[in-house]
Amino acid sequence: MMIFVLRRCGTMVLTMLVVSLLLFLLLEFSSGSVAIKVLGPYTSEEQRNLWLEAHGYFDPLPVRYFRWLGNFAIGDFGESIRFKVPVSDVLWPRLANTGILALATLGTVVPLSLGLGVLAGMREGSKLDRTISVGSIITTSVPEFASAVLLSAVFVFYLDLLPGTSGMSDGFDLVQLALPVMVLVLYDFGYVTRMTRASMAEVMMTHYIRTAVLKGLPYKAVIMKHALRNALIAPFTVIMLQINWLLSGVIVVEYYFAYKGFGALLLEASLNQDIFLIEACAMVAVFVAVATQTIADVGYTYLNPRIRFS
Amino acid sequence: MTEQTIELPRRESGLLRAIKSVALLRESVVGMIGLGIVVFWVLIALFADLIAPFPPNATIMPLASPGMAGPDGAVFWLGTDHIGRDILSRIMFGAQQVLIFAPLATLCAYSVGIPMGLAAGYVGGMTDEVLSFIANVILSFPVLVLYVIIISVIGASAVNILIAVTFASAPGIMRIVRGLVLDLRSREYVAAAETRGESPWRIMVLEILPNARGPLIVDICLRVGYVIITIGVLGFLGLGLPPPDPDWGGMINETRQMAMTFPHMALFPCIAISSLVLGFNLLADGLREVSLRD
Repeated sequence: MMIFVLRRCGTMVLTMLVVSLLLFLLLEFSSGSVAIKVLGPYTSEEQRNLWLEAHGYFDPLPVRYFRWLGNFAIGDFGESIRFKVPVSDVLWPRLANTGILALATLGTVVPLSLGLGVLAGMREGSKLDRTISVGSIITTSVPEFASAVLLSAVFVFYLDLLPGTSGMSDGFDLVQLALPVMVLVLYDFGYVTRMTRASMAEVMMTHYIRTAVLKGLPYKAVIMKHALRNALIAPFTVIMLQINWLLSGVIVVEYYFAYKGFGALLLEASLNQDIFLIEACAMVAVFVAVATQTIADVGYTYLNPRIRFS
Repeated sequence: MTEQTIELPRRESGLLRAIKSVALLRESVVGMIGLGIVVFWVLIALFADLIAPFPPNATIMPLASPGMAGPDGAVFWLGTDHIGRDILSRIMFGAQQVLIFAPLATLCAYSVGIPMGLAAGYVGGMTDEVLSFIANVILSFPVLVLYVIIISVIGASAVNILIAVTFASAPGIMRIVRGLVLDLRSREYVAAAETRGESPWRIMVLEILPNARGPLIVDICLRVGYVIITIGVLGFLGLGLPPPDPDWGGMINETRQMAMTFPHMALFPCIAISSLVLGFNLLADGLREVSLRD
């Protein structure tokens, strides 16, 4: 088990290194005008070259890559061109905001989709199962930006219940969090529900469940004591992997509701070609994705009694 | 010695078999509804030039609400947007854009992903290790992060969107194909082809790939739906197809600022894109249901 965990962590570090190289090379193509962005358009070619020289832009590619990576490893992410402050000053508060949004979303998605999935999978083919299955296809078909428009039309325009933006200008406000969370939940819960349902339906077909039913155990006890323990292993992985999708959804939702989070920051950085900020945001996003995947793998092996390392 | 001929049963033509598979789909209500929605939008896209009441980019009358009568008796069934373009016509022409680009992008992604998956699954060894690692690296990016970065580097245009979709989806397709190939490569007909001395590519393309088509067709439907969402999201974030040609995501982005006073402008494109994606998802679900049955 220990070796397995270590190997997974090794893969994770390797993946991060390759991702960093990929990012660095990709953004290399667009760095021609850094000096113009920093010094302004009314500078001479000579001034720009001097600035580029002073900041090491003329060094060979490997030198710059390793210098960037080294600084990155000790937490120095460089300077943001857009915000004119160190990247870490903007990044961490934004990340904390997105963390709140993600926690609220997962806190709703997990119990909701597990509950619905178990209910649907318990009696495969029943009317309840059909309704839940089709319902979850419908909600996953509505893209986040569309459900954002639809929900704000209902709750902001027609009912006038919730605020239409979530800028949090006067401190943190739970009411402003409601719509973004709703949009994310609506898009994300369908997939987890379907996976839970599939897993539950599979468990219900097994012999040990049939035995438990045939020996006269109450149906509730069969579900609670026998089925759930095995049916909930697969959804655990799905939920961890869902975090990767959540990071995508966060970009759309934060942009739409003007929520000051990490996704909006990445978008702003991209639109302004703020290289250091893009690199830092992307690295953080990939780190979160890879870390949750590793946790999912390790957790799955730990939870699944059929896989044991001796 | 007389030459003996064996009467081989004639293979049905591809068209006939395709019609028969559609007939199979009839058993799934969900699948039929999905197919209906997709066909509906395809017809709209095909005949947009004939049935659209107005040209898509013409400024006629700004801020008309749905059902309002325009000049010379025509009606703005879904209203007009902030610069006076008829929303119904724009949605119809937008369907053309979506139904050209989404399948095209999926096709591009498949034409890269299938050879990668075949090679990884059939050849195995080092090839598999390297290809799988590349796929893992690309898939470890949250998709939209990848799209935003690629588009911001290479710029927003139709071709670049195709490139970005291919880059981001091919690894996922590769994984699916690889899994299918690993399952199929130990079958007798593959062994038979190997004994006949056929070349690896011939075996992969002619023996393995046709037998892996079932799950792939389901995946194509799901993926087209997902690519539609992606193109919509990019349009919505202002990274999509350049204006003024109608693009559903872009229409929502242009008018969402006015959604508080004129909700219809963004609402109808939202319904359009959601229904089309729903159509593909239901179709995929129906196909899966039917293919599991026999």
